[in-house]
Amino acid sequence: MSTHTDRTSSTEATADRSYTPAPERQSERKFVDIRIKRRDRPGAEQRWEDFSVPYRPNLNIISCLMDIQKNPVTKDGAKTTPVVWDMNCLEQVCGICTMIVNGKVRQSCSALVDQLLKEKDPITLEPMTKFPNVRDLAVDRSRMFEHLKQVKAWIEIDGTHDLGAGPKMTQDEVAERYAYSRCMTCGCCLEACPQYDEDQYIGPQAIAQVRYQNMHPSGKMTRDERLEGIMGDDGITNCGNAQNCVRVCPMSIPLTKAIYEENRETILHGLFGWLKR
Amino acid sequence: MAATSKGTKIAIVGGGLAGLAAAMKIAEAGHEVDLFSVVPVKRSHSVCAQGGINGAVNTKGEGDSTWEHFDDTVYGGDFLANQPPAKAMCEMAPAIIYLFDRMGVPFSRTKEGLLDFRRFGGTKHHRTAFAGASTGQQLLYALDEQVRRYEVGGKVKKYEGWEMLSLVLDDHQVCRGLIAMNRHTLELKAFPADAVIMATGGPGLIFGKSTNSMVCTGSAVSACYQQGARYANGEFIQVHPTSIPGEDKLRLMSESARGEGGRVWVPRQQGDKRAPASIPEKERIYFLEEKYPAYGNLVPRDIATREIFQICLDGMGVGGDNQVYLDLTHIDAATLDRKLGAILEIYEMFVGDDPRHVPMRIFPGVHYSMGGLWVDANQRTNIPGLLAAGECDYSIHGANRLGANSLVSCVYGGFIAAPAALEYAANVERNGADTSKIYDDELKLQQGFNDDLLKQSGGDNQYVIHDEMGKWMTDNVTVVRYNDRLKATDNKLLELIERYKRISISDSNMWATMALPHARQLWNMLQLARVITLGALARDESRGAHYKPDFPNRNDERFLKTTIAEYSGEGPVLSYEDVDVSLVVPRKRDYSKGKQEQKTTGAVAAQAAASGLPTTDGAQQIPVEGWEQKPKDLSNPVVWTQDKEKVVDVNHGQAETRGERGKGIEDAGGKSDEL
Repeated sequence: MSTHTDRTSSTEATADRSYTPAPERQSERKFVDIRIKRRDRPGAEQRWEDFSVPYRPNLNIISCLMDIQKNPVTKDGAKTTPVVWDMNCLEQVCGICTMIVNGKVRQSCSALVDQLLKEKDPITLEPMTKFPNVRDLAVDRSRMFEHLKQVKAWIEIDGTHDLGAGPKMTQDEVAERYAYSRCMTCGCCLEACPQYDEDQYIGPQAIAQVRYQNMHPSGKMTRDERLEGIMGDDGITNCGNAQNCVRVCPMSIPLTKAIYEENRETILHGLFGWLKR
Repeated sequence: MAATSKGTKIAIVGGGLAGLAAAMKIAEAGHEVDLFSVVPVKRSHSVCAQGGINGAVNTKGEGDSTWEHFDDTVYGGDFLANQPPAKAMCEMAPAIIYLFDRMGVPFSRTKEGLLDFRRFGGTKHHRTAFAGASTGQQLLYALDEQVRRYEVGGKVKKYEGWEMLSLVLDDHQVCRGLIAMNRHTLELKAFPADAVIMATGGPGLIFGKSTNSMVCTGSAVSACYQQGARYANGEFIQVHPTSIPGEDKLRLMSESARGEGGRVWVPRQQGDKRAPASIPEKERIYFLEEKYPAYGNLVPRDIATREIFQICLDGMGVGGDNQVYLDLTHIDAATLDRKLGAILEIYEMFVGDDPRHVPMRIFPGVHYSMGGLWVDANQRTNIPGLLAAGECDYSIHGANRLGANSLVSCVYGGFIAAPAALEYAANVERNGADTSKIYDDELKLQQGFNDDLLKQSGGDNQYVIHDEMGKWMTDNVTVVRYNDRLKATDNKLLELIERYKRISISDSNMWATMALPHARQLWNMLQLARVITLGALARDESRGAHYKPDFPNRNDERFLKTTIAEYSGEGPVLSYEDVDVSLVVPRKRDYSKGKQEQKTTGAVAAQAAASGLPTTDGAQQIPVEGWEQKPKDLSNPVVWTQDKEKVVDVNHGQAETRGERGKGIEDAGGKSDEL
């Protein structure tokens, strides 16, 4: 590639010779077969299409999708449209690339081909089913952000002017809140929840954010408003205790603990809240 | 004149830390915001920042001060930053951290329940507040929450999934709004605004693979540049010393791994095949510690990058490959989990090894652009009505950014841009002429570009062109730069621009296609790549992140100047602007010694020593080994001016540094009663 061979080029290795201590390299393998559930546009029929991409050690699903994007040809050699999916950070912290990989909801950036092939060959990719399917593997999760509005998931600060430091807290309190703070609104918990479907249940992510804000000394002051956000028809009582949410959460957020705690809070608020009025 | 009948409307492009900070301030002041973002704002690249946010709070009794932070910032930036904005940022930094604390960010705490601070590269003070190892995520979420509050209140309207294509400029080259494209329908729409704030982040994708997120194309900023905005210091690209090589991207290994005691080494014996744990201590080269005893593994990024790069170039990389060890295994696993949990998980997740027990293997990766849109001290670009904040502007970081200064610079930029945009909108005089035509014209022009792209059928592949650009830029315009290779790279870019005109959009289904937006971005990336490459070619010196072996020294006489690129049909036209170094006299950047060692040399030092006062330019004393220095009086901080002969106590004498403070965060828009 480089026009000059006399000098070792700069970060070439970054591109070409990535370090690969992967547990089991499938060195004999030449191709990775992937079946992708596709849809051209909202309302169109879904269909499966098979692809085959050159195998390299340490591939993730995003790298495979990038290959297909560059050369949109099916396994049989037929020309097709490139597969559409969402991606951004590729470090499993933005949440956008969530899809169903080998039947399990997860982020595709951290889905490593070597591990996936042990589960299933060909690997299958499907869009999440609980959200409107935009095209192929892309879905619209704007509903989740609406839920955050519903529960007033913010601290009511007096203003952004300089009022000095916030309230003191112990590291233990911070650590517990930190666990909830990592929710990236990816939607895995909602996808896995048997109770969640469109609008009849607000679901674990919003309840966990109620917990997160209500634990904060300032957030506590407007605690009741958040509780009321999860006490309507779509509220916390819809939880069926399947506990799928906590099992699929990629950030290991203690979602069932949040549901348990907030369930207790809402019951108390329901029983005695009127006394405050 | 307002764009709407209701009041002032500011358009903000980008929903990361800078964009949300500006949106919050404008909404709080009671004005309206249209917020444009390619991805839902909560998924912006700011979430990737791991290590922390700098602010000199001096809670560890180390004699830290905002002046010291400022001095570290301009020194780390090799004196290419205009000093007054850098100083203003450092002065605002503690208040920014406390504001985030009030907004509920779970910052790590001390035993007393106060905010904890850690050390980061390029400083000897504990000045970095952190929330686990995902500080950027937490800060972004805090702002996302506050902006959502204003969204509910009707002050902020989000256009998520809309990508800015161009500015709308009137006949006087004044910015009157923008054109954006809906990424699902490909509908183009004009959005009038009283002012536009760009907050679109960095251009990492120009280098193909980088530590940046996939939205970090620099496309919107490049569009502004092509419409007449000046682009400054484009050649200053920070290559992060420690990234994890991957097929799809380079994943950052935060500097906090070094900050918490991570040690960088390679086996002393070339090509040593033994497992790292079975290589005894004395058969390892801790090359950063050996070469830079004062800062050790915490030398600034450009130096660490070059050293790691060089040792691999010399064939000393682990296993003969381009990689070195970043070793945390001497620290107990519980401490590591508490302080670095999130980043260690990233390594484990994407590589498969447990860094608590096996040293990580890392190599440098493109990380940050110090360059960006030229702005003045109020974040205003040269186009009236267009402002910029965050990584997409060039201010603050000079030739190299210090770790944990990016988050604070984003928020600072947003907090300055917001009131500046409002002030502009309140005072601008429009002549009342009918402007509807300018929106229609620009809309037609942009629609025409889309139509032409769809009609093209030359058979070139847009992704192949992107790959080639990325590879050439990475190979030749990153860590080490040679003029002949920079020239060759520009020729290659010209070739790619020609080939671009023959690309065929590979998608026949235009609904929610990724191909057309990428094609639009690719054109803009190619233009910006030329700015970066030619800026590097013209700068015959080495400074900060810009390193030319043929010109190994900094040359203040010729190049203590900001590079300014202006677009022309033939390519970027470069000019140079003096740097404002009115506060700290540029000195040689030498991290092999502590700052104090450097400063206490020569006659000035002798004189100062005789008077019993610290010497020179503003720096507080740094504890030397075995001697913990305590500040004399915590309530009465002393700041020294640049006059080496004279020492001024700002609280009693000429209160120059304090008097200039100016920009408190409360100045950045007051609170209105309504939400």
